Amino acid sequence: MSDVTVDIASEAQQGWQTPADAAHLGGRGSVDDYWKLMKPRVMSLAIFTAAVGLMVAPGSIHPVLGVVAILCIAVGAGAAGALNMWYDADIDAVMQRTAKRPIPRGNLIAGEALGFGSMLAFGSVIVMGLAVGWGAAALLAGSIAFYLFIYTMWLKRSTPQNIVIGGAAGAFPPVIGWVAVTGSVDWASIALFAIIFLWTPPHFWSLALYKTGDYERVRIPMLPVVAGADETRRQIWFYSLALVPVTLLPWMLGAAGIVYAVSAVALGAVFLGGAWTVYTQREGAAAERASRKLFKYSIWYLFLLFAVLLVEQGIWPVVARGLGL
Amino acid sequence: MAAGISESTVMNEEDLARRRKRNIALALVLGALVVLFYVITVVHMGPGVMNRPL
Repeated sequence: MSDVTVDIASEAQQGWQTPADAAHLGGRGSVDDYWKLMKPRVMSLAIFTAAVGLMVAPGSIHPVLGVVAILCIAVGAGAAGALNMWYDADIDAVMQRTAKRPIPRGNLIAGEALGFGSMLAFGSVIVMGLAVGWGAAALLAGSIAFYLFIYTMWLKRSTPQNIVIGGAAGAFPPVIGWVAVTGSVDWASIALFAIIFLWTPPHFWSLALYKTGDYERVRIPMLPVVAGADETRRQIWFYSLALVPVTLLPWMLGAAGIVYAVSAVALGAVFLGGAWTVYTQREGAAAERASRKLFKYSIWYLFLLFAVLLVEQGIWPVVARGLGL
Repeated sequence: MAAGISESTVMNEEDLARRRKRNIALALVLGALVVLFYVITVVHMGPGVMNRPL
Protein backbone atom coordinates (compact mmCIF):
# COMPACT_ATOMS: atom_id res chain seq x y z
CA MET A 1 0.00 0.00 0.00
CA SER A 2 2.65 2.49 1.03
CA ASP A 3 4.76 1.74 -2.05
CA VAL A 4 1.93 2.70 -4.36
CA THR A 5 1.18 5.76 -2.27
CA VAL A 6 4.77 6.86 -2.66
CA ASP A 7 4.41 6.35 -6.41
CA ILE A 8 1.49 8.75 -6.55
CA ALA A 9 3.31 11.33 -4.43
CA SER A 10 6.52 11.08 -6.43
CA GLU A 11 4.54 11.33 -9.67
CA ALA A 12 3.20 14.64 -8.40
CA GLN A 13 6.66 15.82 -7.44
CA GLN A 14 8.08 14.83 -10.81
CA GLY A 15 5.67 17.12 -12.59
CA TRP A 16 2.26 15.49 -12.67
CA GLN A 17 0.12 17.81 -14.73
CA THR A 18 -3.50 18.74 -14.27
CA PRO A 19 -5.58 19.04 -17.44
CA ALA A 20 -5.30 22.81 -17.15
CA ASP A 21 -1.53 22.68 -16.68
CA ALA A 22 -1.30 20.85 -19.96
CA ALA A 23 -3.83 23.04 -21.80
CA HIS A 24 -3.06 26.59 -20.72
CA LEU A 25 -0.94 28.75 -18.47
CA GLY A 26 -3.72 29.82 -16.11
CA GLY A 27 -5.73 33.00 -15.77
CA ARG A 28 -8.89 31.40 -17.18
CA GLY A 29 -10.83 30.41 -14.08
CA SER A 30 -14.18 31.97 -13.24
CA VAL A 31 -15.17 33.58 -9.93
CA ASP A 32 -17.22 30.46 -9.27
CA ASP A 33 -14.11 28.25 -9.70
CA TYR A 34 -12.30 30.22 -7.00
CA TRP A 35 -15.37 30.04 -4.78
CA LYS A 36 -15.46 26.25 -5.19
CA LEU A 37 -11.75 26.06 -4.28
CA MET A 38 -12.74 27.27 -0.82
CA LYS A 39 -15.01 24.23 -0.23
CA PRO A 40 -18.07 26.34 0.69
CA ARG A 41 -19.89 23.47 2.44
CA VAL A 42 -16.98 22.73 4.76
CA MET A 43 -16.57 26.46 5.25
CA SER A 44 -20.22 26.83 6.32
CA LEU A 45 -19.75 24.23 9.07
CA ALA A 46 -16.61 26.05 10.27
CA ILE A 47 -18.50 29.36 10.31
CA PHE A 48 -21.38 27.89 12.25
CA THR A 49 -19.33 26.09 14.90
CA ALA A 50 -17.02 29.11 15.27
CA ALA A 51 -20.05 31.36 15.78
CA VAL A 52 -21.33 29.01 18.49
CA GLY A 53 -17.94 29.04 20.28
CA LEU A 54 -17.87 32.83 20.06
CA MET A 55 -21.41 33.34 21.36
CA VAL A 56 -21.31 30.71 24.10
CA ALA A 57 -17.97 31.88 25.55
CA PRO A 58 -18.20 33.86 28.78
CA GLY A 59 -17.53 37.57 28.38
CA SER A 60 -18.21 39.79 25.43
CA ILE A 61 -16.69 40.98 22.20
CA HIS A 62 -17.59 44.04 20.13
CA PRO A 63 -20.09 42.84 17.49
CA VAL A 64 -17.91 44.17 14.65
CA LEU A 65 -14.87 42.31 15.98
CA GLY A 66 -17.03 39.20 16.42
CA VAL A 67 -18.01 39.38 12.75
CA VAL A 68 -14.35 39.95 11.79
CA ALA A 69 -13.32 36.88 13.83
CA ILE A 70 -15.95 34.72 12.07
CA LEU A 71 -14.90 36.14 8.70
CA CYS A 72 -11.25 35.31 9.36
CA ILE A 73 -12.13 31.76 10.43
CA ALA A 74 -14.26 31.36 7.28
CA VAL A 75 -11.49 32.65 5.02
CA GLY A 76 -8.91 30.53 6.87
CA ALA A 77 -11.08 27.43 6.33
CA GLY A 78 -11.43 28.38 2.65
CA ALA A 79 -7.65 28.77 2.41
CA ALA A 80 -7.15 25.31 3.86
CA GLY A 81 -9.65 23.94 1.31
CA ALA A 82 -7.83 25.60 -1.61
CA LEU A 83 -4.43 24.35 -0.43
CA ASN A 84 -5.90 20.86 -0.03
CA MET A 85 -7.19 20.96 -3.63
CA TRP A 86 -3.77 22.12 -4.82
CA TYR A 87 -1.97 19.20 -3.19
CA ASP A 88 -4.63 16.58 -3.92
CA ALA A 89 -5.21 17.56 -7.57
CA ASP A 90 -3.76 14.21 -8.73
CA ILE A 91 -6.12 12.01 -6.72
CA ASP A 92 -9.11 14.37 -7.07
CA ALA A 93 -8.98 13.76 -10.83
CA VAL A 94 -9.43 10.01 -10.32
CA MET A 95 -12.11 10.01 -7.61
CA GLN A 96 -15.70 10.27 -8.82
CA ARG A 97 -16.66 12.42 -5.82
CA THR A 98 -13.99 15.06 -6.53
CA ALA A 99 -13.47 14.83 -10.32
CA LYS A 100 -15.59 17.95 -10.94
CA ARG A 101 -13.46 20.20 -8.75
CA PRO A 102 -11.96 23.23 -10.59
CA ILE A 103 -8.44 21.78 -11.05
CA PRO A 104 -9.39 18.30 -12.32
CA ARG A 105 -11.92 19.95 -14.66
CA GLY A 106 -9.09 22.00 -16.16
CA ASN A 107 -10.55 25.40 -15.23
CA LEU A 108 -7.65 26.31 -12.92
CA ILE A 109 -4.03 25.25 -12.81
CA ALA A 110 -2.67 23.87 -9.53
CA GLY A 111 -0.39 26.87 -9.06
CA GLU A 112 -3.40 29.20 -9.01
CA ALA A 113 -4.93 27.22 -6.17
CA LEU A 114 -1.61 27.33 -4.29
CA GLY A 115 -1.31 31.11 -4.70
CA PHE A 116 -4.96 31.74 -3.85
CA GLY A 117 -4.87 29.49 -0.77
CA SER A 118 -1.56 30.90 0.52
CA MET A 119 -2.77 34.47 0.15
CA LEU A 120 -6.04 33.77 1.96
CA ALA A 121 -4.26 31.87 4.75
CA PHE A 122 -1.75 34.66 5.30
CA GLY A 123 -4.41 37.40 5.09
CA SER A 124 -6.89 35.73 7.45
CA VAL A 125 -4.25 35.12 10.14
CA ILE A 126 -2.84 38.66 9.93
CA VAL A 127 -6.27 40.32 10.09
CA MET A 128 -7.32 38.05 12.97
CA GLY A 129 -4.15 38.99 14.87
CA LEU A 130 -4.39 42.73 14.26
CA ALA A 131 -8.14 43.10 14.74
CA VAL A 132 -9.12 40.42 17.27
CA GLY A 133 -6.09 38.96 19.04
CA TRP A 134 -2.90 37.02 18.44
CA GLY A 135 -4.08 34.02 20.50
CA ALA A 136 -6.98 33.42 18.11
CA ALA A 137 -4.65 34.16 15.15
CA ALA A 138 -2.11 31.58 16.34
CA LEU A 139 -4.84 28.94 16.65
CA LEU A 140 -6.15 29.81 13.19
CA ALA A 141 -2.65 29.51 11.70
CA GLY A 142 -2.16 26.23 13.58
CA SER A 143 -5.43 24.77 12.28
CA ILE A 144 -4.62 25.69 8.65
CA ALA A 145 -1.09 24.27 8.99
CA PHE A 146 -2.45 21.12 10.66
CA TYR A 147 -4.96 20.53 7.85
CA LEU A 148 -2.37 21.09 5.12
CA PHE A 149 0.83 19.57 6.49
CA ILE A 150 -0.38 16.94 8.99
CA TYR A 151 -3.62 15.77 7.37
CA THR A 152 -3.36 16.47 3.61
CA MET A 153 0.36 15.94 3.03
CA TRP A 154 1.14 13.30 5.62
CA LEU A 155 -1.69 11.30 7.18
CA LYS A 156 -4.22 11.14 4.36
CA ARG A 157 -2.03 9.03 2.10
CA SER A 158 -0.20 7.05 4.75
CA THR A 159 -2.50 5.75 7.50
CA PRO A 160 -6.10 4.60 8.05
CA GLN A 161 -6.06 6.84 11.13
CA ASN A 162 -5.94 9.82 8.69
CA ILE A 163 -9.36 11.25 9.49
CA VAL A 164 -9.13 10.42 13.21
CA ILE A 165 -6.11 12.65 13.78
CA GLY A 166 -6.87 14.93 10.84
CA GLY A 167 -10.32 15.51 12.30
CA ALA A 168 -8.67 17.82 14.81
CA ALA A 169 -8.36 20.46 12.08
CA GLY A 170 -12.15 20.61 11.73
CA ALA A 171 -12.54 20.77 15.51
CA PHE A 172 -10.59 24.03 15.87
CA PRO A 173 -13.21 26.64 14.77
CA PRO A 174 -15.31 26.73 18.00
CA VAL A 175 -12.10 26.97 20.05
CA ILE A 176 -10.88 29.86 17.89
CA GLY A 177 -14.26 31.58 18.34
CA TRP A 178 -14.03 31.03 22.09
CA VAL A 179 -10.46 32.36 22.30
CA ALA A 180 -11.46 35.43 20.25
CA VAL A 181 -13.75 36.38 23.17
CA THR A 182 -11.88 35.17 26.24
CA GLY A 183 -8.26 35.21 25.09
CA SER A 184 -7.72 31.77 26.60
CA VAL A 185 -8.45 28.09 25.93
CA ASP A 186 -10.84 26.91 28.68
CA TRP A 187 -12.14 23.43 29.51
CA ALA A 188 -15.55 24.12 27.96
CA SER A 189 -13.91 25.10 24.67
CA ILE A 190 -11.91 21.86 24.77
CA ALA A 191 -15.23 20.03 25.26
CA LEU A 192 -16.54 21.61 22.03
CA PHE A 193 -13.30 20.55 20.33
CA ALA A 194 -13.70 16.99 21.64
CA ILE A 195 -17.28 16.75 20.33
CA ILE A 196 -16.24 17.53 16.73
CA PHE A 197 -13.07 15.45 17.08
CA LEU A 198 -15.02 12.32 18.09
CA TRP A 199 -17.84 13.04 15.63
CA THR A 200 -15.48 13.11 12.63
CA PRO A 201 -14.58 9.36 12.42
CA PRO A 202 -18.15 7.99 12.38
CA HIS A 203 -19.15 10.82 10.02
CA PHE A 204 -16.38 10.15 7.48
CA TRP A 205 -16.30 6.38 7.82
CA SER A 206 -20.04 6.11 7.16
CA LEU A 207 -19.32 7.97 3.88
CA ALA A 208 -16.23 5.85 3.15
CA LEU A 209 -18.29 2.66 3.59
CA TYR A 210 -20.28 3.37 0.43
CA LYS A 211 -17.49 5.23 -1.41
CA THR A 212 -14.85 2.56 -0.82
CA GLY A 213 -14.25 2.10 -4.56
CA ASP A 214 -13.28 5.75 -4.93
CA TYR A 215 -10.62 5.52 -2.22
CA GLU A 216 -9.37 2.16 -3.51
CA ARG A 217 -8.79 3.63 -6.98
CA VAL A 218 -6.43 6.30 -5.63
CA ARG A 219 -4.88 4.05 -2.96
CA ILE A 220 -5.97 6.27 -0.09
CA PRO A 221 -5.77 4.01 2.98
CA MET A 222 -9.22 4.76 4.36
CA LEU A 223 -10.27 2.31 7.06
CA PRO A 224 -12.74 0.30 4.88
CA VAL A 225 -10.02 -0.12 2.22
CA VAL A 226 -7.32 -1.25 4.65
CA ALA A 227 -9.22 -3.04 7.42
CA GLY A 228 -12.46 -3.93 5.68
CA ALA A 229 -16.08 -2.86 6.05
CA ASP A 230 -16.80 -4.91 9.19
CA GLU A 231 -13.90 -3.41 11.14
CA THR A 232 -15.05 0.04 10.00
CA ARG A 233 -18.56 -0.68 11.28
CA ARG A 234 -17.08 -1.77 14.63
CA GLN A 235 -15.00 1.42 14.87
CA ILE A 236 -18.01 3.58 13.95
CA TRP A 237 -19.94 1.96 16.79
CA PHE A 238 -17.15 2.48 19.36
CA TYR A 239 -16.53 6.10 18.35
CA SER A 240 -20.28 6.76 18.57
CA LEU A 241 -20.33 5.25 22.06
CA ALA A 242 -17.51 7.60 23.05
CA LEU A 243 -19.07 10.62 21.33
CA VAL A 244 -22.49 10.72 23.00
CA PRO A 245 -21.26 11.03 26.64
CA VAL A 246 -18.73 13.66 25.53
CA THR A 247 -21.56 15.80 24.13
CA LEU A 248 -22.73 16.18 27.75
CA LEU A 249 -19.43 17.75 28.84
CA PRO A 250 -20.48 21.36 28.07
CA TRP A 251 -23.45 20.84 30.43
CA MET A 252 -21.26 19.23 33.12
CA LEU A 253 -18.78 22.10 32.87
CA GLY A 254 -21.53 24.69 33.27
CA ALA A 255 -21.27 26.03 29.72
CA ALA A 256 -24.70 24.66 28.77
CA GLY A 257 -28.07 24.24 30.47
CA ILE A 258 -30.67 21.52 30.84
CA VAL A 259 -32.28 22.14 27.43
CA TYR A 260 -28.94 21.36 25.79
CA ALA A 261 -28.38 18.30 28.02
CA VAL A 262 -31.80 16.80 27.18
CA SER A 263 -31.32 17.56 23.47
CA ALA A 264 -27.84 15.99 23.52
CA VAL A 265 -29.23 12.80 25.04
CA ALA A 266 -32.13 12.62 22.55
CA LEU A 267 -30.00 13.42 19.49
CA GLY A 268 -27.30 11.06 20.76
CA ALA A 269 -29.79 8.24 21.15
CA VAL A 270 -30.79 8.60 17.48
CA PHE A 271 -27.10 8.70 16.50
CA LEU A 272 -26.39 5.52 18.44
CA GLY A 273 -29.43 3.90 16.81
CA GLY A 274 -28.03 4.77 13.37
CA ALA A 275 -24.55 3.52 14.29
CA TRP A 276 -26.03 0.25 15.60
CA THR A 277 -27.95 -0.25 12.36
CA VAL A 278 -24.70 0.29 10.41
CA TYR A 279 -23.00 -2.24 12.73
CA THR A 280 -25.65 -4.92 12.31
CA GLN A 281 -26.74 -4.43 8.66
CA ARG A 282 -23.71 -5.77 6.78
CA GLU A 283 -25.03 -7.03 3.46
CA GLY A 284 -26.42 -5.56 0.25
CA ALA A 285 -28.65 -2.55 -0.20
CA ALA A 286 -29.66 -2.44 3.48
CA ALA A 287 -26.02 -1.97 4.50
CA GLU A 288 -25.48 0.86 2.04
CA ARG A 289 -28.78 2.47 3.05
CA ALA A 290 -27.74 2.37 6.72
CA SER A 291 -24.36 4.02 5.94
CA ARG A 292 -25.94 6.74 3.81
CA LYS A 293 -28.54 7.39 6.49
CA LEU A 294 -25.93 7.69 9.26
CA PHE A 295 -23.76 9.99 7.11
CA LYS A 296 -26.69 12.33 6.42
CA TYR A 297 -27.89 12.24 10.02
CA SER A 298 -24.37 12.91 11.35
CA ILE A 299 -24.42 16.31 9.59
CA TRP A 300 -27.82 17.17 11.09
CA TYR A 301 -26.70 15.81 14.47
CA LEU A 302 -23.74 18.16 14.80
CA PHE A 303 -25.72 21.09 13.40
CA LEU A 304 -28.64 20.57 15.81
CA LEU A 305 -26.37 19.98 18.81
CA PHE A 306 -24.55 23.26 18.26
CA ALA A 307 -27.76 25.07 17.28
CA VAL A 308 -29.39 24.17 20.61
CA LEU A 309 -26.27 25.36 22.43
CA LEU A 310 -26.31 28.59 20.43
CA VAL A 311 -29.99 29.29 21.13
CA GLU A 312 -29.83 28.35 24.81
CA GLN A 313 -26.59 30.11 25.73
CA GLY A 314 -26.13 32.74 23.03
CA ILE A 315 -29.51 33.92 21.73
CA TRP A 316 -32.05 33.20 24.49
CA PRO A 317 -30.23 35.21 27.23
CA VAL A 318 -30.24 38.27 24.93
CA VAL A 319 -33.92 37.82 24.07
CA ALA A 320 -34.81 37.26 27.74
CA ARG A 321 -32.99 40.44 28.74
CA GLY A 322 -34.81 42.34 25.99
CA LEU A 323 -38.16 41.05 27.24
CA GLY A 324 -37.24 41.89 30.83
CA LEU A 325 -37.47 38.25 31.95
CA MET B 1 0.49 33.40 -35.05
CA ALA B 2 3.61 35.27 -33.90
CA ALA B 3 6.67 33.28 -32.94
CA GLY B 4 6.74 32.20 -29.29
CA ILE B 5 2.97 32.56 -28.83
CA SER B 6 1.17 29.24 -28.76
CA GLU B 7 -2.58 28.77 -28.90
CA SER B 8 -2.60 28.06 -25.18
CA THR B 9 -1.46 31.61 -24.38
CA VAL B 10 -4.13 33.34 -26.48
CA MET B 11 -7.38 34.15 -24.72
CA ASN B 12 -10.70 33.79 -26.47
CA GLU B 13 -13.84 35.88 -25.84
CA GLU B 14 -15.03 33.59 -23.06
CA ASP B 15 -11.67 33.79 -21.27
CA LEU B 16 -11.74 37.58 -21.48
CA ALA B 17 -15.28 37.71 -20.07
CA ARG B 18 -14.22 35.49 -17.15
CA ARG B 19 -11.19 37.69 -16.53
CA ARG B 20 -13.41 40.78 -16.48
CA LYS B 21 -15.71 39.18 -13.88
CA ARG B 22 -12.69 38.14 -11.80
CA ASN B 23 -11.40 41.72 -11.88
CA ILE B 24 -14.78 43.08 -10.76
CA ALA B 25 -14.94 40.55 -7.92
CA LEU B 26 -11.40 41.45 -6.85
CA ALA B 27 -12.25 45.16 -6.90
CA LEU B 28 -15.32 44.52 -4.73
CA VAL B 29 -13.27 42.46 -2.26
CA LEU B 30 -10.60 45.17 -2.04
CA GLY B 31 -13.27 47.85 -1.53
CA ALA B 32 -14.88 45.76 1.21
CA LEU B 33 -11.48 45.34 2.90
CA VAL B 34 -10.93 49.12 2.90
CA VAL B 35 -14.32 49.62 4.61
CA LEU B 36 -13.60 46.74 7.01
CA PHE B 37 -10.21 48.13 8.09
CA TYR B 38 -11.75 51.58 8.55
CA VAL B 39 -14.52 50.19 10.78
CA ILE B 40 -12.04 48.02 12.76
CA THR B 41 -9.87 51.10 13.37
CA VAL B 42 -12.85 53.10 14.64
CA VAL B 43 -13.93 50.21 16.90
CA HIS B 44 -10.41 49.84 18.33
CA MET B 45 -10.06 53.56 19.00
CA GLY B 46 -13.53 53.67 20.56
CA PRO B 47 -15.03 56.98 21.73
CA GLY B 48 -11.47 58.37 21.82
CA VAL B 49 -11.61 58.72 18.04
CA MET B 50 -13.35 62.11 18.51
CA ASN B 51 -11.33 63.13 21.58
CA ARG B 52 -8.33 64.89 20.14
CA PRO B 53 -7.06 68.47 20.00
CA LEU B 54 -8.18 70.38 16.92
